[in-house]
Amino acid sequence: MNVYAILAIYRHEMERTRRTIMQSVISPVISTSLYFIVFGAAIGERIQQVEGVSYGAFIVPGLIMLSLLTQSISNASFAIYFPKFTGTIYELLSAPVSYFEVVLSYVGAAATKSILLGLIILATAGLFVPLRVEHPVWMLLFLVLTAATFSLFGFIIGVWADGFEKLQLIPLLFVTPLTFLGGSFYSIHMLPPFWRAVSLFNPVVYLVSGFRWSFYGLADVSVAVSLAMILVFLAASLAVVAWIFRTGYRLKT
Amino acid sequence: MEPIIRVTHLSKTYASGFRALKDIDLEIRRGEIFALLGPNGAGKTTLIGTICGIVTPSAGTILVDGRDVLREYRATRSLIGLVPQELTTEAFESVWDNVTFSRGLFGKPPDPAHLEKVLRDLSLWDRKDSKIVTLSGGMKRRLLIAKALAHEPQVLFLDEPTAGVDVELRRDMWALVRALRAGGVTIILTTHYIDEAEEMADRVGVINKGEIVLVEDKVELMRKLGRKQLTLHLAQPLERVPPALAAYRLELANRGSDLIYTYEERDRAGISALLNDLAAAGIRYRDLHTTQSSLEDIFVGLVSERR
Ligand SMILES: Nc1ncnc2c1ncn2[C@@H]1O[C@H](COP(=O)(O)OP(=O)(O)OP(=O)(O)O)[C@@H](O)[C@H]1O
Ligand SMILES: [Mg+2]
Repeated sequence: MNVYAILAIYRHEMERTRRTIMQSVISPVISTSLYFIVFGAAIGERIQQVEGVSYGAFIVPGLIMLSLLTQSISNASFAIYFPKFTGTIYELLSAPVSYFEVVLSYVGAAATKSILLGLIILATAGLFVPLRVEHPVWMLLFLVLTAATFSLFGFIIGVWADGFEKLQLIPLLFVTPLTFLGGSFYSIHMLPPFWRAVSLFNPVVYLVSGFRWSFYGLADVSVAVSLAMILVFLAASLAVVAWIFRTGYRLKT
Repeated sequence: MEPIIRVTHLSKTYASGFRALKDIDLEIRRGEIFALLGPNGAGKTTLIGTICGIVTPSAGTILVDGRDVLREYRATRSLIGLVPQELTTEAFESVWDNVTFSRGLFGKPPDPAHLEKVLRDLSLWDRKDSKIVTLSGGMKRRLLIAKALAHEPQVLFLDEPTAGVDVELRRDMWALVRALRAGGVTIILTTHYIDEAEEMADRVGVINKGEIVLVEDKVELMRKLGRKQLTLHLAQPLERVPPALAAYRLELANRGSDLIYTYEERDRAGISALLNDLAAAGIRYRDLHTTQSSLEDIFVGLVSERR
């Protein structure tokens, strides 16, 4: 195991975050605050409570998931796409590092960033609404697993993309709609039966549900199912990454 | 002694179907400076890429220090430093962070003293805290060299290291390359400046259209292929070469006032015979000088011959 290389890439990526601290941390904090003002204050006036939890507090886990998903994907996809774009990937390809080490360090750094971000959003939310976390260990487990899975997914997009449009395409076409329709701002029990059934095909529903359960003990679907779903995504992403590297797909000529 | 690099039957066909390397055999000796010459698109960068792990070979084997570059890539890549042809660098990172990154990436424990020495040798030490975007092109080129040297490689590939580099810096680079070689590093460089190969290399390889057309000791090459010419500025112009001198390869130039004798290095003895015969024929000359063809002439001759 080339531990020095893993550390070098990890530090290099984290350093990049530090240089762009404004857009990495401050902008999500601002946008989360805006969500609270718009959804929490405006809609919360009318809805007040969902299953015994104030609406403002109810949307916190969903909001964190929303940022976690989008940030994990964009961090990881950008991190591997950019060296391809600028050509600096030559160094990575000529270095004595295994693909496993490459994935571990890039995905590890992207996941670290989004976990930190999730915690920052959680703290920001705490300023607006009273929070409680009933199952903190589960909360962290969901946070870590989701960040890791979607960073892997982002890594795949970054390897696959051969232009900036493609880099944006999947997040724009699939991820954003799915997260907004994934029960971040409502419980799927509030939907008519037909849409409730449709929602069950949306993977994000399971993530948000499990995560929300770790806060308030409220879940749209059972926690075991949520956990199983995220493990399935994780396994699928790992399989694709393994395939990419076995074939050298789009990294080497 | 076992060569440091041994390439056998190496071919590369790109996804487009283009055959960039055709059944290449090449050995690089330990501690030598090897200059790889060839016109644009000949396959120099592709060949280097296959050895370093950037391009996947389609067929053939490559051994570095006796190890296979695909199966034992960790061992082989640790030995190699690569300076790419293109100026591809990070932008907002500092010089120091960037070379530190390179050393770590190649699996070496931190060694600030070594990195300091490398940056000093490349006159980048006073820019160590600068962001890379603020460097000039020549400085970026040196940074790429510093990155390649950060992990103390035993083999250094320099893909057109002096493209876009000013004369003084070029001299500095040559000195650096010689110092590295003195320290036991094997150096493979590509260049379009033939004088660079002539000045630096121990051996020269010529690649054209994906095929190695020649590998030769530089001195030997110059001796074998190097033509010499003796030019005599005649006291009186000649109309034609006198029949008495037909045995020599002679030409008249400059409206008959210059007599040019072309000979191979090895039949230098012919000169005194020629001069005697000239005296016997009553041809007198005011002055004479010799010229030797450069590697460039040889190179152009080789490549155009095969076109
Ligand atoms: N990724 C690629 N896909 C298809 N063809 C390629 C690719 N990379 C290089 N080639 C082709 O392979 C040939 C060799 O290219 P290479 O870069 O190895 O040449 P070179 O000798 O380094 O040339 P130069 O002196 O211009 O740097 C060229 O014809 C080039 O167009
Ligand atoms: Mg080239």
